Amino acid sequence: MTKKLFEIVENPITVGPLIDKVMRREAGAITTFIGTVREITNGKRTINLEYQAYKPMAEKMLKQIGDEITEKWPSTYVAITHRVGKLDISDIAVIIAVSSPHRKPAYEANEYAIERIKQIVPIWKKEQWEDGKAWIGDQLENIPYPKGKPDIKGDDHD
Amino acid sequence: MIEVLLFAQLQEDAGTDRLTLNIEKLSVKQLRKKLMETYNLQQVKESMVAVNEVYALDKEWIQSGDTVAIIPPVSGG
Repeated sequence: MTKKLFEIVENPITVGPLIDKVMRREAGAITTFIGTVREITNGKRTINLEYQAYKPMAEKMLKQIGDEITEKWPSTYVAITHRVGKLDISDIAVIIAVSSPHRKPAYEANEYAIERIKQIVPIWKKEQWEDGKAWIGDQLENIPYPKGKPDIKGDDHD
Repeated sequence: MIEVLLFAQLQEDAGTDRLTLNIEKLSVKQLRKKLMETYNLQQVKESMVAVNEVYALDKEWIQSGDTVAIIPPVSGG
């Protein structure tokens, strides 16, 4: 069975299988990023979240991020899984695992991956608060599409 | 026929997750205009358009049989 390195799934996810996907004898470092559902954002209490994805394209875009990473940091292996559906506080929404012979590319490539996910992967979250709900487009810490569209090629992130 | 997939707030605004347009060919720019004028989907303005799962520019063409997706600003991660 071939390992699926870039996946959108409906069920709870754990970090172990992603570590296994990037583990190899040449690796001297594996970094993992675990994105979890935060309770308080800008003073507002979230009850739960719902993630929606355009699944076939989202998996393609995750793969594209993997390709960009392999080009920038040729020594790395990458695996990314994003969960969709209804998630509660502290549930894991996304896991990124990167392995490399030495630690620095593994750290850098991992951060690059989460930044790119927030730019080009067609996934949306709907926040349910105590007093309402809304699809989140602008995550406030970012201006979405500062150039009017996502930076598809990734050239701005060297 | 051109199938147009809608997500997130756009899906709720339209009351459906897909529209089927009986059109042979139009540009991405023309599609945006149609969705805003005929379907009153104003968020199309700030959205990207993907044709057959690839982001497309306004000048590109969409043909019968293509699957189009309107991608509002994403919020994954």
